[in-house]
Amino acid sequence: MSTYYASLLAESGILLLGALSVYIILATGQLSLGNGAFMGIGAYLSSYLTVALNVPLTLALVISAIAAGIIGAIVAFPALRLKGIYLAMATVGFGEMVRSFFLNFDAMGGSGGYRGMQHISVGYVWLWAGGVLIAVMLLERSRVWLEMQAVHDDETAAGLIGLNTTVTKIVAFGVGAAVAAISGGLFAHHNVYIEPANFGFDRSIEFVLAVILGGSTVGPGSLVGSLLLVFLPEFLRPIADWRLAAFGTLLIVVLLVRRQGILDRSLIRTLTFRRAAA
Amino acid sequence: MSNALLQLTGVTKTFGGIHALSGMVCEVPEGKIVGVIGPNGAGKTTLFNTITGAYRADAGEVKLKGVDVTQWPSYRIVREGIARTFQNIRLFGSMTVWEHLLVAQPHSESAWRRLLPISWANPAAQERAEEVMTFFGLTELRDRPAKSLPYGIQRKVEMARAVTARPKLLLLDEPVAGMNHDEAEEIRELMIRLRDTGLTILLIEHDMNFVMRLCDYLYVLDFGVLIAEGKPEDVRTNPVVLDAYLGKDN
Repeated sequence: MSTYYASLLAESGILLLGALSVYIILATGQLSLGNGAFMGIGAYLSSYLTVALNVPLTLALVISAIAAGIIGAIVAFPALRLKGIYLAMATVGFGEMVRSFFLNFDAMGGSGGYRGMQHISVGYVWLWAGGVLIAVMLLERSRVWLEMQAVHDDETAAGLIGLNTTVTKIVAFGVGAAVAAISGGLFAHHNVYIEPANFGFDRSIEFVLAVILGGSTVGPGSLVGSLLLVFLPEFLRPIADWRLAAFGTLLIVVLLVRRQGILDRSLIRTLTFRRAAA
Repeated sequence: MSNALLQLTGVTKTFGGIHALSGMVCEVPEGKIVGVIGPNGAGKTTLFNTITGAYRADAGEVKLKGVDVTQWPSYRIVREGIARTFQNIRLFGSMTVWEHLLVAQPHSESAWRRLLPISWANPAAQERAEEVMTFFGLTELRDRPAKSLPYGIQRKVEMARAVTARPKLLLLDEPVAGMNHDEAEEIRELMIRLRDTGLTILLIEHDMNFVMRLCDYLYVLDFGVLIAEGKPEDVRTNPVVLDAYLGKDN
């Protein structure tokens, strides 16, 4: 495998984690357009831990994930009062807040960025990405996931079957933030250089796009979306300047004909040759 | 000390200047089917919302088996043993019948059981869901998205979901609204079978004939005030009730 494809593969693994972080939060009916910020927190914190304090990378990732998870849960508290588009706007605000914090955070390079991380292999990236994907797919078959879906479908009814909807939403936000932080830590150690612009609004949108394109109702949809989002523009290179336009067109077409994204429950059943349920 | 399962004393709920409920007093004895009737806007649904914590009572007490639950959040009230259905059915749009029964299980499980796939980790939940599914005759429809089912069956799914967690008291908000005679009969039989399993039922209904043949005891509300109570045959002939339903005869 050429280094070129290896780096694309690593990029899609990092994007997969970002997409899953959005997916977990979306499963409770909350749309976060600020997960790039949690990614940034993970990137900066884990880089500081490995470069300045010589913490082993895996431990640094775990610490960053926990820290971002706590921040995510704290952010979720005020966000509980907001729904739909208003919540999405608030998360955009949060994202900008974090980005400008790092921009002015001179201790870690400010706008000049931060470097000195040890490069990691694509295999290590996918160990995390694959591990988290499998964990999410197992979680999807659990009762907790059904509870999240219940909150997503009808919050009032969820409360009246005895679910503490507040806790469900906050925990989902925290876990989503933690996964985004892992994505950020891997990004930092794969690129060995980070700057605040890496974790802005574009990044948050990219995560959401991967989920929506790949399939927002099943975990593996994020995998499909991440691979497409990274590799498709590359395969479209022959049409040179038009490739991004072609990509955009494709995105619109997918959303028009399949609102749930490419992958959904029934497609998975077909692909795995399981009998369709009535 | 009465042995009522549910006891309301002086429950009052106002919206702005409107008294949706004033000084509501009632008791639901264990193992009975009790009905709340009254014309539209009498405060019946407000009563349910107040009991289940969707609204906070402005005054008065709601007690379940002697425990004051008046100011509790709704999820705790449900866990204490009060389940309900809605006047306009509220099922989960993305779930099958089976998933509705799995998600509504009792809340005593350990965190690990909740996090692992149900098919490995939680035989008890599956057994309970199976049991409820059979009781309600939903087995054939197990993997159908609940919202794609006919109206009458959606009602049954909603009732089944409410019953799954083994509540002590089931609140049914107009369980036969919009149903034809046969469907309504089926629901009536279900309720009697549920009562025979030891469940206590409090239901709202404004079809008088339906409640007359079903309930052990009735409360009649009008403009948020309790205007009559008693056994169905007594309520039927009570002039105050007739006035509320048919208007005063001058």
